[in-house]
Amino acid sequence: MEPFSGTSLTDHALVSGEVLLSFWQPKALYRWDAGVAISAFLDGLKAGKLLATRCPECRRTLAPPRVFCELCFRPIGDWVELPGAGTINTYSVSYVNWDATRRRTPEVPVVVELDGASPGIGILHLMGEVGTTLEEITGKLRIGAPVQPVWKPAAEREGAITDIRYFRLAEG
Amino acid sequence: MPYQNRVAVLGAGLTRFMRRALETPKELAFEAAKTALEDAGLTIADIDCVVSVTAPEAFDGVHMNGEYLADGAGAWGKPYMRTYVGGGSGVFGLVAGWYHIASGHFDTCLVVAEEKMSPALPHPQGAFNAIYDQFTERPLGVNLLWIFALEMNRYMQTHGIPMETFARVAQKNKRNGIDHPSAQPGIAGDFTIEQIMASEVMAWPVQRLMVSPISDGAGAMVLASERFARRMSRPPVWIEGVGWNLDTSYWTNRDLYYPRYLEKAARMAYEMAGISDPRRDIHVVEPYDPFAYKELHHLEGLLLADKGQAPRLAEEGFWERDTAQGIPASPSGGLLGVGNPIAAAGMMKLAEIYWQLQGQAGPRQVKREVRRGLAQAWGDLMQVGTVVIMGR
Ligand SMILES: [Zn+2]
Repeated sequence: MEPFSGTSLTDHALVSGEVLLSFWQPKALYRWDAGVAISAFLDGLKAGKLLATRCPECRRTLAPPRVFCELCFRPIGDWVELPGAGTINTYSVSYVNWDATRRRTPEVPVVVELDGASPGIGILHLMGEVGTTLEEITGKLRIGAPVQPVWKPAAEREGAITDIRYFRLAEG
Repeated sequence: MPYQNRVAVLGAGLTRFMRRALETPKELAFEAAKTALEDAGLTIADIDCVVSVTAPEAFDGVHMNGEYLADGAGAWGKPYMRTYVGGGSGVFGLVAGWYHIASGHFDTCLVVAEEKMSPALPHPQGAFNAIYDQFTERPLGVNLLWIFALEMNRYMQTHGIPMETFARVAQKNKRNGIDHPSAQPGIAGDFTIEQIMASEVMAWPVQRLMVSPISDGAGAMVLASERFARRMSRPPVWIEGVGWNLDTSYWTNRDLYYPRYLEKAARMAYEMAGISDPRRDIHVVEPYDPFAYKELHHLEGLLLADKGQAPRLAEEGFWERDTAQGIPASPSGGLLGVGNPIAAAGMMKLAEIYWQLQGQAGPRQVKREVRRGLAQAWGDLMQVGTVVIMGR
């Protein structure tokens, strides 16, 4: 097989002027309205409540809530309040930021399966109060462990997923 | 068969895979398309229609990237479309090329896959943050790696898979990649399990040497109807089955331990190919391996191993290139050993199956006899499976 074509550039070539460069920085700004289901969900968070919807056909209780069931493909109008607690479905210990720079202390993203929702129905969030080293965190957390939300004080809540500050391991 | 045309593969070509290419996306597309046409013994005048695949515009900073690529892809004055299913695009491009010809509408189709990730600053990973839900997920300060780390942990803990087994997959693919003419500098190599296990933790359990790199590159293939292919001197490779399937975007509502979307896509392709026992009838496989765990996860979704058994088979050497009894997986070196210019990486996997079936894979040629092979890719919000089965 013939060697294929392509000219590989070094980092040096990019900073030394050996290769001509051109830059563009788009100034993109978007305003999203939260939609029917998520507006109600965010309103609930502001009030310190975790809301879900229930499909009358397949009986699944769903979070994040939606106003249609993607399985039955029919509208959903039934809302239920969940207790807020749940169990760990899976978690990670992340040492990288979005721009691939490294973090000194890790973040701990988690999928929490919510009590009162159907089995396997979870949301993405963060764990807190779990320590600062990989050994400590992976030693403390296990899939299936019960967790509780830690809410911001009512006055600080703004109708956002971050109104729950994080989840922590449930006591006992 | 309900199709108008049986579809043959007549040729394939790639560029080198590079961390940063001097060539523009259009130039990369041209190089790959030209190489594939030469391999097929055709010129652009023989091509009836063109399909291109390339992943998010955000990498290039070019809107309507398909139109931008068109001239380099050989589409001037021809019916042309660009299609895109994230990381699944490379393999899906061949599916789209297949139905252009299977429909009976065209005799030849050039499929071009191009990706240039390097322009996005400070790091192309940032371009992916927009895949997360803007209300319920992005405010948490997401990054792309989370989703894969969460999936890997769920898979690993469901089956009790040791980290060494994932390291072994990375070791195999990085070794296989040494023999690939497109391999990105610094990616392939002979690494020890200890070196891989000791590599930096990025988002536990994902470690540096178990992740594919950022890459630039392109690939292309030439497809033709049976009546056209019969006129060529080289015996063709046939597309025997295609499949694709999409799982829900509510990814926190899925059990990530198993790629359900891929089982559905694979069953679609096996049914079309008349394969009832894939473990007997698939002789070489290129599963999508942007992460070491993902190769094993996908081998299970492809029904080439029972749930939780792909890791055990890896420990037994079942997926090695020189296996006598097993099914060689990623003999190319895969994304871990060659590189991951997203759409072009899927095309590289398809090209490997084509070369393996033609007996043209050189030092990468598997030891066992191959009459049928499968290439697969994965993408969108880790929810799409794309599958092509080829045979001779
Ligand atoms: Zn339903």
